[in-house]
Amino acid sequence: MNRLKIRVNGAERTLHVEPDTTLLSALRDQLGLIGTKYGCGEGQCGACTVLIDGKARRSCLTPAASVGAAEITTIEGLESKGEGDANGRLHPVQQAFLDEGAFQCAYCTSGMILAAVSFLKENPHPSNAEIVRGMNGNICRCGTYPRIVAAVRRAASGEAGKAGKVQG
Amino acid sequence: MSTKSTVDSRQSTVAELRKLTLIGVNKTPHRGLEHPASGKIPDGIEPERYEFREEPGWNFTLGGFGLARRDFFKLMGCGVAVFLVARSGAAQESGGRGGGRGGFRGEELPNEISAWLHIGDTGAVTVYTGKVEMGQNIRTSLTQAVAEELRVETGRISLIMGDTDLVPWDMGTFGSRTTPTMNLELRRVASVARDVMVELAARTWKVDGKRLVANDGQVRDRDSGRSIEYAKLAQDQTFSKAVVENDPLTPPADWRIAGQPVPKVDGRDFVTGRHRYTPDVVLPGMLHGKVLRAPSFGAGLVSVDLSAAQAMPGVVAVHDGSFVGVAAPSAELADRALAAIKAKWNEPANQPANASGGSETSPGSAPASSASSGNLSQYLKAHVQQGGDEGYGRSSQEKGSVDEGLASAAHRLDATYSIAYIAHAPLEPRAAVADWKDGKLTVHTGSQRPFGVRDELVEAFHLPSNRVRVLIPDTGAAYGGKHTGEAAVEAARLARTANAPVKLVWTREEEFTWAYFRPGGAIEIKAGVAPDGTLTAWEFHNYNSGGAGIGTPYEVANQRIQFHDCDSPLRQGSYRGLAATANHFARESHMDDLAHAAGMDPLAFRYKNLKDERLRDVFAAAADKFEWGRAKAAAGHGFGIAGGVEKGGYIATCAEVSVDPTTRAVRVLRVVTAFECGAVVNPDGLRNQIMGANVMGFGGGLFEAIQFEKGRILNNHFAQYRVPRFSDVPQIEGVLVNRKDIPSAGAGETPLIGLAPAIGNAIFAATGVRLRSLPMLPSGRLLSA
Repeated sequence: MNRLKIRVNGAERTLHVEPDTTLLSALRDQLGLIGTKYGCGEGQCGACTVLIDGKARRSCLTPAASVGAAEITTIEGLESKGEGDANGRLHPVQQAFLDEGAFQCAYCTSGMILAAVSFLKENPHPSNAEIVRGMNGNICRCGTYPRIVAAVRRAASGEAGKAGKVQG
Repeated sequence: MSTKSTVDSRQSTVAELRKLTLIGVNKTPHRGLEHPASGKIPDGIEPERYEFREEPGWNFTLGGFGLARRDFFKLMGCGVAVFLVARSGAAQESGGRGGGRGGFRGEELPNEISAWLHIGDTGAVTVYTGKVEMGQNIRTSLTQAVAEELRVETGRISLIMGDTDLVPWDMGTFGSRTTPTMNLELRRVASVARDVMVELAARTWKVDGKRLVANDGQVRDRDSGRSIEYAKLAQDQTFSKAVVENDPLTPPADWRIAGQPVPKVDGRDFVTGRHRYTPDVVLPGMLHGKVLRAPSFGAGLVSVDLSAAQAMPGVVAVHDGSFVGVAAPSAELADRALAAIKAKWNEPANQPANASGGSETSPGSAPASSASSGNLSQYLKAHVQQGGDEGYGRSSQEKGSVDEGLASAAHRLDATYSIAYIAHAPLEPRAAVADWKDGKLTVHTGSQRPFGVRDELVEAFHLPSNRVRVLIPDTGAAYGGKHTGEAAVEAARLARTANAPVKLVWTREEEFTWAYFRPGGAIEIKAGVAPDGTLTAWEFHNYNSGGAGIGTPYEVANQRIQFHDCDSPLRQGSYRGLAATANHFARESHMDDLAHAAGMDPLAFRYKNLKDERLRDVFAAAADKFEWGRAKAAAGHGFGIAGGVEKGGYIATCAEVSVDPTTRAVRVLRVVTAFECGAVVNPDGLRNQIMGANVMGFGGGLFEAIQFEKGRILNNHFAQYRVPRFSDVPQIEGVLVNRKDIPSAGAGETPLIGLAPAIGNAIFAATGVRLRSLPMLPSGRLLSA
């Protein structure tokens, strides 16, 4: 069991890890950041997606000991992270998911939102086809994909929080 | 309605409730989901719910409802409580289960209570229901129902759902029953609560209640103009009332909150990651559990050596009968401890393998025997359960003479359809957190049947039911796959020995392997049609996949429709839509073939044989949006249409596909699904369900299939078992047919059932190739020309 310091949501946190401790279980079981979900443990579903230095990564396949000094952002850290937003303001992608009702059971939602944040950073003005390609590693078993595409489009267009739906 | 005067007008203490004698309440003990002897399949009771076959080992109640009114309000806080006494119909699903084992904090409630509602002195409204939320959005739609009738805003209302210590007994959340039953029950209870508010205001002001009106959480005096808030009326009250029926409910045409696209009431909790699903529950001193699984179905444990696991500091290892598991302070240590256990297993021989998926038959070839490439169909037909035509697991509908109908047909078509086993694969796997404290077992778990899980725990641990509490956090979906409580029982078993709370979260591999499956099956149809397109005969046999949606909505003078229960090689159970998906696939594919045989447009052929106006209307709605008959398919493209009736919902789906002339790759380009389920409670939620059901339908329709051999699941990972992803989804348009004159039906399942046959029919229109297996296109391409 090794002590390890990592940076999560802007703060330094201490973990006790074994070589087989994943970032997912460290976040959930040691830091109580339960918004990051286990879906498959194999990097196939995207429910465990977090941002490592701003890029979407599968925390279930990431050894906790491997992250070094990188900045990790989980869904809990997104809310207050919106640029220029005061504490408690939703990130535009979070708001866009709410606006479009882009979930049913919502178990995939944390991972979807973080994947979208990462995707939009690389491609701020995507086409629908690019959104589909960019998000295809994340599974929504409830099948709300068209609404998620609409939410990503809405966030990209700066329309998050405004009335009216893109997708019916 | 005759009972109304005996109870409705009566103000009762809670203690008095148990004495209520109710006329018209079905007192027959409801034995779970027993099979109809008549062979007719009543609403909400489907034969493929195999996991319910065994009767529970217990049959007792724990005395009467002993909680005094004083104690009740001490727990709930001052205010007004209204209890709804279920009438016979609803009593079979909620409340009145002979034994009446719903309760409040361990105290028994009267048998027939199906829901209750409390208005506190802050104006907060708390509603108690045994239904559970798993993504189908009933927390919102039920909140709307209460808000509508109680005349308060939705933000004042919270629902306590699926907590067996706090809510009335309920059979479970399945069969699209919440909207037709619980929505109605909650409207009734809220409507009475509104009347109580008016009554209390009338007493307060000493005026005639007739001049008072409730609105926006207040009662207003029309004559004087003064008003008083519900919160004020509830202050210092300990007022309770039980009702069976009540005044007429607000008709859908007058709805102001129900019927609106209200967003998910707790949506913010989900986009911020705050909502706690079962795997997110944390208790002090909690350990992480793992269970040792057999190498194959039916394998028996011969011997086990726990010593290496037990030697690990902090690890608790359990061997009890066939159960072997560990609990440890971290999930990683539990994994290592499980891996250190040495076990020997005895594996049975003669396990069947499955059909490996899609097959195609061209129009001229004999379709029957070549429809399956594996041995599943033959296996099932060789393992039909005996027990007589009227016995369990068989249903039979017959009229006229099929033989004569077939003999007189101008065109006759026989075919066999095969249906693969598929997995629900909810993203939240089975999970439970179990805690024993002072002889009471409390379990958080994701399940569709909180009281069913409680019963499993009662039976497994030989406890009285008031010593078991099951709580269902809003769950990361189920799709019919979480009727059972395996994880709950396993976590409780580990926690018992560990003497500490234990969390158990199934791995994805466990979920794919040890949860039950949507049944595979074989369907045989013989049908005939007259020269003018009139159906003359319809013979339909379903082997194993199930009886839901087995009937035909088309007019056929001569028909024989039978479900044949078989010994399944895999553990099987409910799945969203049940066998309606398989039966509609077979029937609507066959109807399409018959239309072509008769030289008719597939929609015109259906109209020719269809009287049901509601089904005709949804066909028309889908066809209109799709421009069926007006648009012409491009070269290499095809249009298909299919529809049906199930669980009170009417559906029609149109699809357009393209088939690449070189690669034979099939692409679905467009889907239009029209759906009618009476008065729409939440159009946004309904559109979401139609969309999601169609997306899910792509999986089972085109490529999902469990591969198995010798009792082993061969594709128990998302890398091998493909589920629909973003890139699989074409343009999907939902068309809502809102019938405010018809009571609302559920919508979580039926929108799924038209998709596969509509796509299959479109592929036939494009290529002349008829696909008779679900899934139709495991490879994504047509294999034969």
